[in-house]
Amino acid sequence: MATLSASTPAHAGALRPSNGANLLETVLVALLLGFAGYCALFVAPTEKTMGVIQRIFYFHVPSWWSAFIAFAIVLVANVAYLRGRNPKWDWLGVSAAEVGVAFVTVGLVTGPIWAHPVWRIWWTWDARLTSAFVLWVLYVSFLLLRTLIEEPERRAVVSAVFGIFAAVDIPLVYFSIWFFRTQHPQPVIGDGGSLDPSMGKVLLLCWAAMLGILVVMVRQRYRVERLRWDVDRLRLEASQSNSESGR
Amino acid sequence: MKNLDSVFAAYVAVWAIFFVYQFTVSRRLARLQSEVERLKGAEKR
Repeated sequence: MATLSASTPAHAGALRPSNGANLLETVLVALLLGFAGYCALFVAPTEKTMGVIQRIFYFHVPSWWSAFIAFAIVLVANVAYLRGRNPKWDWLGVSAAEVGVAFVTVGLVTGPIWAHPVWRIWWTWDARLTSAFVLWVLYVSFLLLRTLIEEPERRAVVSAVFGIFAAVDIPLVYFSIWFFRTQHPQPVIGDGGSLDPSMGKVLLLCWAAMLGILVVMVRQRYRVERLRWDVDRLRLEASQSNSESGR
Repeated sequence: MKNLDSVFAAYVAVWAIFFVYQFTVSRRLARLQSEVERLKGAEKR
């Protein structure tokens, strides 16, 4: 039984920029991405041990950091939904989850492309790689679960609970290289890191570009959810007016 | 340069994943926008 309200929730258009703002935002992110790609390939110094293959790092690492940001948004949105039951949080949660899965896919694809020439293997089931793969499976399951429940409010509640459970894996992925002996390289930034400052700047630039993509994609995906809500509301109104005119 | 093909493959993969995802979102958006227009048109009639 549908519990969809015929009214649009408050702040439903909060993530709704105009078409001009959308285009400007997309162009700026594309320019930033192009510049970041240029710096990663031609400006950053070549790493002494690995050589040119290390340049994959400039998009592999930021894609994972961006995925963690996306899943943190999912967690916040899921908790906020369970507290207030405002559908906008559900829309934000599913939008960030889907975009997060795209970023994790980038990380899971670029990792083995780097690993094969360096480790001589595409993949190994060590703690970091396994927990990262589990993270991808969890959020794909989160998205699949939503397709199985038709009633909007129940779907939002079940997926919010599942999303909070899935978030448990995020610190496991992040800290696995500290807790376990892994094939995966140790952190090169922060405490004990040995990253050259010029490499660090390019890495941050690439992360900024990835965050730009994240923002553009989440906003656009949020519009899909808002329009889906509009379609359901208009259908409900049409069926209500049909039943009234039938009386 | 050794392994340049792998770097190229990784960059192509990054672009391809984002492009395919963005394409699917744009298609869903266009489909829903036309559905909203259709329902609003039906409502007016």
